[in-house]
Amino acid sequence: MAEKVIAGEKRVFMTGNEVVAWAALAAGAEIMYGYPITPQNEIMHYWTRLAPKYNRKFLQTEDELSAGFTTVGGVMAGKRAFTATAGPGNTLMQEPISMAEAMRLPFVAMIIQRGGPSTGTVIYSQQEVMMTVLGGNGEGLRIVYSTANHQELFDYSIKAFDTAWKYRFPTFVLADGYQGKMREPLTIYDPDDRGIKISDTEPYVGRPGTPGVDRPPGHYRNTYNVEEELYEVLQDHIKDFESIADEVSEYESMASDDAELLVVAHGVVARAAKQATEALRQQGLKVGYFRPITLRPLPSTPLREAVNRAGRMLVVESAYGQLGRLLKEALYGATAEFIPYYKPGVGFTPEEIMARCRELIT
Amino acid sequence: MAEKPAMPASWRVESKPHKFCPGCGHGIALRALGQAIDELGIQDRTVFGCDIGCSLLAWDFFNVDTIQTHHGRTTPVMVGVKRANPDLICIAYMGDGGGYAIGAQHLVNAASRNDKITAILINNTQYAMTGGQMAPTTMPGQKTETTPYGRDPELTGLPAQGPEMIATITPEGAYVARGTVSKLRQLKKMMVRALKCQMEGRGFSFIEVLSTCPTNWRTNARETWSFLEEKMPQYFQIGEIKIPVSEGDADE
Repeated sequence: MAEKVIAGEKRVFMTGNEVVAWAALAAGAEIMYGYPITPQNEIMHYWTRLAPKYNRKFLQTEDELSAGFTTVGGVMAGKRAFTATAGPGNTLMQEPISMAEAMRLPFVAMIIQRGGPSTGTVIYSQQEVMMTVLGGNGEGLRIVYSTANHQELFDYSIKAFDTAWKYRFPTFVLADGYQGKMREPLTIYDPDDRGIKISDTEPYVGRPGTPGVDRPPGHYRNTYNVEEELYEVLQDHIKDFESIADEVSEYESMASDDAELLVVAHGVVARAAKQATEALRQQGLKVGYFRPITLRPLPSTPLREAVNRAGRMLVVESAYGQLGRLLKEALYGATAEFIPYYKPGVGFTPEEIMARCRELIT
Repeated sequence: MAEKPAMPASWRVESKPHKFCPGCGHGIALRALGQAIDELGIQDRTVFGCDIGCSLLAWDFFNVDTIQTHHGRTTPVMVGVKRANPDLICIAYMGDGGGYAIGAQHLVNAASRNDKITAILINNTQYAMTGGQMAPTTMPGQKTETTPYGRDPELTGLPAQGPEMIATITPEGAYVARGTVSKLRQLKKMMVRALKCQMEGRGFSFIEVLSTCPTNWRTNARETWSFLEEKMPQYFQIGEIKIPVSEGDADE
């Protein structure tokens, strides 16, 4: 582990992108590969200013294909490497991510969502959920944390490095430009000071000794002669992924024990959902709140229990049912009423969610 | 003397005979590379990356750490490894489609950034593994599956001049050459120089290797050789194009 970046606990007021850069430094990230795209640029801007002071590296690549594949190379060299992207960059990055997924590489990426293809809208949406969770030509064997505030951006950006190297699945912090660009108070800290251990790294290539003499060569491939060969490899990966699902999945819930309507949201939208729930509860309405923190793997069991208790769920998201589809799969067979509240590419206020809840309850 | 020439020490005996077609030039190019790795004594710190296409068949060719990547993406993977651990000797091995078409932006930018890696590109004038389609290196009039009446330069341009382009965009210190599988000793020398260029931190190194593909050329042994020795040099000039200043003499 490199020298301490943050001495003691520090209360700060920062943009989310700055928070991510500090978190990566504090987590001991050694190299970032990146390509400019709004709204994640400031992650690179802060990283390039801070990194040389702590002997960390940066490479600006020619595109996001390259940013992803150089990150793959950095990881295989045994370094805590990461990248950050958004929107069309996330689309291009699905190819290197599919390599990382197939080879079980601890690839870490911060996805700061924006809206639509091309330049679309550059600041906000929740339209990159399906792509981040299930993109590329693979089976979606990835871990995706969806953060809701700056403290979580810091906490989960650190955690992503541990999770990736511990389980060897590509790991993502999924946020959005609202989170990336706005300032918010939070506490930053050195993970070690809080007893947070981050898994050690290990090189895939360039281990000590001569291959074929002192050790077998590392031969990493994505080419298989027959379908069964790929099938066998995937069986192991799927088994591993399923076995860690309970351990890895996280959620937040509130007032869900006696709720008659459960509001389900993720990311920054969950903040409005939570505020709405609190306000409605004060008014005596039996509304509950459930937020998956991991979109992959989903916290299926607690989700199912909360939904079954309430009998009705309002799914709120800034996309046309991307979270909704994931929830439906996790809840298959449940009899609860599924009520969508979708505004693709647009945010929510607590008042809007409160109004919709009142319509449904009264 | 029925004795066969010894395999390079860096070759992996367990994966021989190799997986390439009879008459394919990859085996010769990889022999030259294996000999160069042996001569420089870098087997323990070499990382070999291979692309999609026939080059992927080299994924278990060497007793060297190897990463078989995605089509056109071997260059950035090797750049990523090298940037993360500059002590490693990184070789990106690809075909003409991988280097000059789908991965051209990576090759151009790695060369422009003067990344300290070695790229080796096999030019057999077409996409071989997918069944013989036109590549950027296909010669005018050459018949392929996607130019069944011969490549028409009016419609699809002239053969890519890869090393000449790379030589133009790299700074002094870089090494650029075009070799051929018909001249093994010269090719090995080029490989040694390219790898030394990387080891000494001088800059990007690049070798295009003219190679054979009787399977898709639909040629017999004699025709294969004349295609390589007579037709290809009409468009692809063999020799060292850019050498670090202190390297002294050029091609013998």
